[in-house]
Amino acid sequence: MRVELIISGFGGQGVLFAGNLIALSAMREGYQVTYLPVYGPEMRGGTCNCTVIISENEIASPLISSPSFLIIMNYPSFVKFVPALKKGGTAIINSDLIKSEEIKNLDILKKKYKLYFVPVTSLAESLNTPLLANLCVVGAFYEITKIFNKKNFKKALKEMLSNTKAHLFEPNLKAFELGANYIKNNYK
Amino acid sequence: MKAKKVLAKGIEAIAFGALEAGCKCYFGYPITPQNEIPELMARELPKRGGVFLQAESELAAINMVLGACAVGVRAMTSSSSPGISLMCEAFSYIAALELPAVVANVMRGGPGLGGIEASQGDYFQAVKGSGHGDFHFMVLAPHNAQEAYELTAKAFEFAEKYRNPVMILSDAILGQMKEPLILKKLRIKEYNKNDWALTGAKNRPSRIIRSLFLSSQELKERNLKLAKKYKKMKKDIIYENLVNDEDRVIVVAFGSMARIAKDACLNLRKKGYPVGFFRPVTLFPFPVKPIQELIKKAKNPLKFVVPELNCGQMVEDVKLAVNGEASVISLPYPPSVIPFPEELEKEIKKCLSSSSFQKA
Repeated sequence: MRVELIISGFGGQGVLFAGNLIALSAMREGYQVTYLPVYGPEMRGGTCNCTVIISENEIASPLISSPSFLIIMNYPSFVKFVPALKKGGTAIINSDLIKSEEIKNLDILKKKYKLYFVPVTSLAESLNTPLLANLCVVGAFYEITKIFNKKNFKKALKEMLSNTKAHLFEPNLKAFELGANYIKNNYK
Repeated sequence: MKAKKVLAKGIEAIAFGALEAGCKCYFGYPITPQNEIPELMARELPKRGGVFLQAESELAAINMVLGACAVGVRAMTSSSSPGISLMCEAFSYIAALELPAVVANVMRGGPGLGGIEASQGDYFQAVKGSGHGDFHFMVLAPHNAQEAYELTAKAFEFAEKYRNPVMILSDAILGQMKEPLILKKLRIKEYNKNDWALTGAKNRPSRIIRSLFLSSQELKERNLKLAKKYKKMKKDIIYENLVNDEDRVIVVAFGSMARIAKDACLNLRKKGYPVGFFRPVTLFPFPVKPIQELIKKAKNPLKFVVPELNCGQMVEDVKLAVNGEASVISLPYPPSVIPFPEELEKEIKKCLSSSSFQKA
C-alpha cells in the first residue's frame, strides 16, 4: 500500500492543516508517512500545496513527480496538478470553485482518472464554518480511501487541536462527517 | 513506559534530541528555516531548569555558547547558512579552546542572503572552512527525523569525548518535513569535565583556558594536539552502505539528497541495474576507509556518482577517498532545482551506459 497525495489550493483554505491531519491520522494507523509543506514566502490568497506520502514501507524520497491522489481546492491547482496525476489515480475536486462543465476534455479525464466533485466550500458554509472546507475534504478523503479508521482520525484531530484550540474539536468533526457523508450519498 | 511517537519536523527532532541529551542552554538568533528549534527550546528548556535566551545577534549567541561550554554546561545554538557564517569567528575560538559546543546548521540557498530553499551549499564551510586556523568541526548529517533526534543527542557525547565542536548539518527539506519520530530514551555518555571546566578555583589551583599562544613551540604543540584528535575521531565514523560486490555504479549522497538518491538507486536495482548506494553520515571525518573497502571488494571497475544540492562539493572528498582507483562523476543540483527520483534515475542510468557497462 502506498498513497502519494498532493493537496493544493489557496493559502488560507487550510491545505497544510489538512495534509498534516491526514499524515498524522495515517501515522496513528501504523503507516510510515512524510508530510512536506511547500516552502517559500507563502501568503493568504496565494497558492499553497503540500505532499503527503503514506506507505507500509520506509519512504525514501519525500518528493514525487506524479501523485496517485490529488485534492484540488482551486482552479490554478487544477491546471497545475491534474496533468501530473498518475494514470488510474484519484482526485477530489472542490466543485464550488471548479465547475465540471468548465473543464475541457472532462470525458477523457473521467476515463483516465477517478474524479470526485465535492462542493466543500458550500458544505462548510452550510455549517456556518466557512473556514472548515479543509475538514470536509479530509472527510471525503477518509470515505474514499478508508486508509485510517475514525478512532485514529479523532486522536489525530485532538492532538492537532490542543490547548487553546480544543473547543474547535466538535465543529471540525462535524465538517469531517459532512464531507464523508457527501461521498457516501453521492458516489456509493 | 513505551516511548512516545509524534509527527515532528526535522528541526523539532533536533531540539528534542538536544533535550534528551540534557542540553541546559540554548542561545540563538532567529532565521528561516530553523525557527522551530528556538521555539521548542523556549517552551521546554525553562521547564527543565535550563536557560533559553534569544541573543541580539548570531555573534552574541555563539559567544554565549562558548561561555556556557567553558564552565562545563551542555549548550547549543542553531542557525541557517547566513547566520552560521556570522558565527565562524567564534567557532575557531571554540575549537582552539577545545570546548564541547553543539551547533545545528539548517542549510538554505546561498551565497549571500541566497534564498530560503533547501541547499547543501555549506558542505565546504562545515567540513573545511568554518573559521580561521587549522581546525575542524565533527560534522554529522542526518537524513530523516529519527536520525536527527538520535544524532543530535549523540553530538553532545562526541563533543565531550573529543572536546571539540560538533555540527549537525541539515537542510530546509529535512528541517521542514514532518515524519514519525519515536522519542525513545537514549543512553548518552557524559565525560568527566573536572580537569578542565572553569568551575571556580575553590580548593584547587586556578586554571585558564585560552587560545593565544605567543610562544611558537606552544602554538605548534596545540596544533599538533588538535590534529591528533581529528585522527582519533575516525574511530567514530558513521555511514550507511547498500552496495553489492557486483555493482558497477555507486551513488554517494548525504542528507536530503540521499533520500532522493536512495529511491532512484533501489528502483534501478529492482530493474536489474548494478547500482549501489552509499551514505556518509559523518561528513568529517569522511568515511574514507569504507569507500576504499568498496573498491577493494568490487568485482567490476567502479564509477562513483555524487549528486548534491550544490555545484559539486562532497564530490571532492569522494575523489580524495577514491584516490584515482575509480572514476568519479559529479551531479550538481544548485538550490531550487531539486530533482525528482525519476530524473535522478535517468542521470544515473546515463552514467551506467556512458562506457562499456551493460545491464546485469
